[in-house]
Amino acid sequence: MNLPVRLRPVAFIAVLLIIWQAAVNCHPGQLLPGPWGVVRGINDLLRHGLLLKYVVASLFRVTWGFLLAAVIAIPLGLAIGWYRRAEMAFNPLVQIFRPISPLAWIPIAILWFGVGDLAAIFLIFVGCFFPLLVTAMSAVHNVPSVYVNVGRNFGLGTADLVYRVIYPAVVPQLIIGSRITLGIAWLVVVAAEMIAVNSGLGFLIIDARNAGNRYDLVIGGMVIIGTIGLLLDLGMRSLERVKSFRWSYSEN
Amino acid sequence: MNALARPGRWENFFWPLLAAALLLALWHYSVIWTATKVFPSPLSVEKGLAELLRKHVLWADIGDSLRRVAIGFGTAGVIGIPLGLTLGWYPTVNQVLNPVLQILRPISPIAWIPVAILFFGIGDHAAIFLIFLGAFFPIVVACVSGVSNVPSIFRRAGRNFGLAPVQILTRVVFRAALPQILIGLRIALGIAWLVVVAGEMIAVDSGLGYLVIDSRNSGKRYDLVVAAMLLIGLIGLALDLGFRQLEKMRSVRWGFGHES
Amino acid sequence: MSTEALITAPAPGVKLRTEHVGMVFERDGKSVSVLEAIDLEVRDGEFICLVGPSGCGKSTLLNVMGGFLPPTSGSVTIDRELVHGPDPRRILVFQERGVFPWLTVEGNIGFGLSKLSGAERDQRIAHYVQMMRLQGFEQSYPSDLSGGMKQRLQVARALAVNPDILYLDEPFGALDSVTRLIMRGELLRIWQTERRTIIFVTHDIDEAVQLADRVVVLSSRPAKIQDILTIDIAHPRNISSARYLEHRDDLLRKIGLAYTV
Repeated sequence: MNLPVRLRPVAFIAVLLIIWQAAVNCHPGQLLPGPWGVVRGINDLLRHGLLLKYVVASLFRVTWGFLLAAVIAIPLGLAIGWYRRAEMAFNPLVQIFRPISPLAWIPIAILWFGVGDLAAIFLIFVGCFFPLLVTAMSAVHNVPSVYVNVGRNFGLGTADLVYRVIYPAVVPQLIIGSRITLGIAWLVVVAAEMIAVNSGLGFLIIDARNAGNRYDLVIGGMVIIGTIGLLLDLGMRSLERVKSFRWSYSEN
Repeated sequence: MNALARPGRWENFFWPLLAAALLLALWHYSVIWTATKVFPSPLSVEKGLAELLRKHVLWADIGDSLRRVAIGFGTAGVIGIPLGLTLGWYPTVNQVLNPVLQILRPISPIAWIPVAILFFGIGDHAAIFLIFLGAFFPIVVACVSGVSNVPSIFRRAGRNFGLAPVQILTRVVFRAALPQILIGLRIALGIAWLVVVAGEMIAVDSGLGYLVIDSRNSGKRYDLVVAAMLLIGLIGLALDLGFRQLEKMRSVRWGFGHES
Repeated sequence: MSTEALITAPAPGVKLRTEHVGMVFERDGKSVSVLEAIDLEVRDGEFICLVGPSGCGKSTLLNVMGGFLPPTSGSVTIDRELVHGPDPRRILVFQERGVFPWLTVEGNIGFGLSKLSGAERDQRIAHYVQMMRLQGFEQSYPSDLSGGMKQRLQVARALAVNPDILYLDEPFGALDSVTRLIMRGELLRIWQTERRTIIFVTHDIDEAVQLADRVVVLSSRPAKIQDILTIDIAHPRNISSARYLEHRDDLLRKIGLAYTV
């Protein structure tokens, strides 16, 4: 392959698309659309103004669910990680609740919040809470004891210690954990919207299928979901590169 | 971490039990105070659990969920590990394939449901397909980064001892990357467990996920809903702990520096 | 008093005293005795080196003296006050990773100076930047500094709060031998200007003989004080002089090492 490096993945994707289109052409009359069909479907959505509305709805829920979870789980996780007895008390409970898929909370979400935005935000909150909690706990553990000892040596009280030593030391790990959790939030919102709400990208996919087998819209929705998820991830990664946080990657 | 005296052994049991007891008490009394007619109290959940056990349905559901996870996860491993190792070993191939993976990865397996139903119809296969998707990407990613993180001195040592490239990959690099691959597998297993529950809510009619949704839909049996949720949590935890035991094996223990 | 005595004799009072300090660790259910019956007196302004084989417990003793570890038995007093925790009056300099990577050089040096006014703080920081030869790097982060510079930064941070005692735990161990020689010279320079009590842990015999007024030899675990040598050579010490080599051989013999390879 003599293509310049940048173009090679593009060429590869192009080849995949061609194969896809060819496969679709060979089986006329079946439901799955080819790439061109998907593009037309997306265009359709854009023209109806629905796409923008749904994207905003999904992002809105993710933002709220994630932020609420962060505001509660991170300080809580730092505290639990810091006090050994607190960790002994709460860790087993956390380990039991953590593997419960946020979607298993759907009946409870609907019971408490009815079908709608709040239920979706609650599900995202649950989906983000435990990963962020665990990230914060492990970030505190990973603060090298040297830093804490230096802080104590210079006469810092607990509050100062947390503010001037622990917090700067945990920030890089928190950011990485947040990036991963944001990815989880994005997965959950799509699932939650399929079941518990009537708008958003997840709903779009289920609805497109249920109301007329519009698989071009289904795949179009999937592509958009993938793209936005990727953008969110890249956005968080650029945050990791901010100079004042970068110190942690060059150290070690 | 903090300066208090080192806690005694007994405290390993005391504190979690205390926390659990407080939680149960809080739960119990909230139900009473809010006089809710629907949300179950801890006791009714316990009774619901006993009921499920008596009806023998429970074991079938658990078995179904575990079976789907086993097949989906297993397939993802069988395909994903060699693929990940190859991608990590040949960076040029990785450059070509990686963008495709990066685009597909953020698409929730749940979003694949209509496609899954289209290909496989409603039933086991659709669910297994979803689990496969959920586990596949973390496994591939872990293998790629496991291989690339093997210090090049190991590869050079392999060449020094006259090993052919494939041999270096299997005898040196794979062993060196194993701890990271295991971590990726453990994470993928956790995701598989999440996906199976979600998948069963939509695409099948058996399994723990289905039990959760069905208990609500046919009779608002929230005691069964919560019972099923707790079971999901406990089994998920058991899977995770079991996998961590693997990480303790001598042949990989070196890669796990300290408790995480 | 001879001129030698003027340069080398420290001020008379006892600064730090350990009384029968013992340290037992519980590890996997077994008790490991690391320190036994350490009785030591350190005079004000003295430069003491603790030497011993690797893993014998030198760092543990230093941590106990600094108040980071409570001893299982015995006590440590400084200025006749019982030591029960870390204190800015006695700062410990670590072998590595001691500087805060999220603060600049200035930020690190100023770390213990939050109680001072802005102008005083800046002045102090500038003074120690100057003293530890870190000019030009005030705004740099530790990741931009070499190993030797990071250790200088740690010392600058320590000195900035005017401690009575400086503990150094193999501070030059991670540096190359040339840098080590230079850093030793710098440390002595500081010690002679500011005259603090210094307790320095090392496993390097030469380092001990080059730096210390007295060398405390610790046995292997459980560490007991095996010997205390007084190095009565005036600074600057000629490391090729007969006197120096005598002390060095003496130390090697006390530790039990042959001196031919």
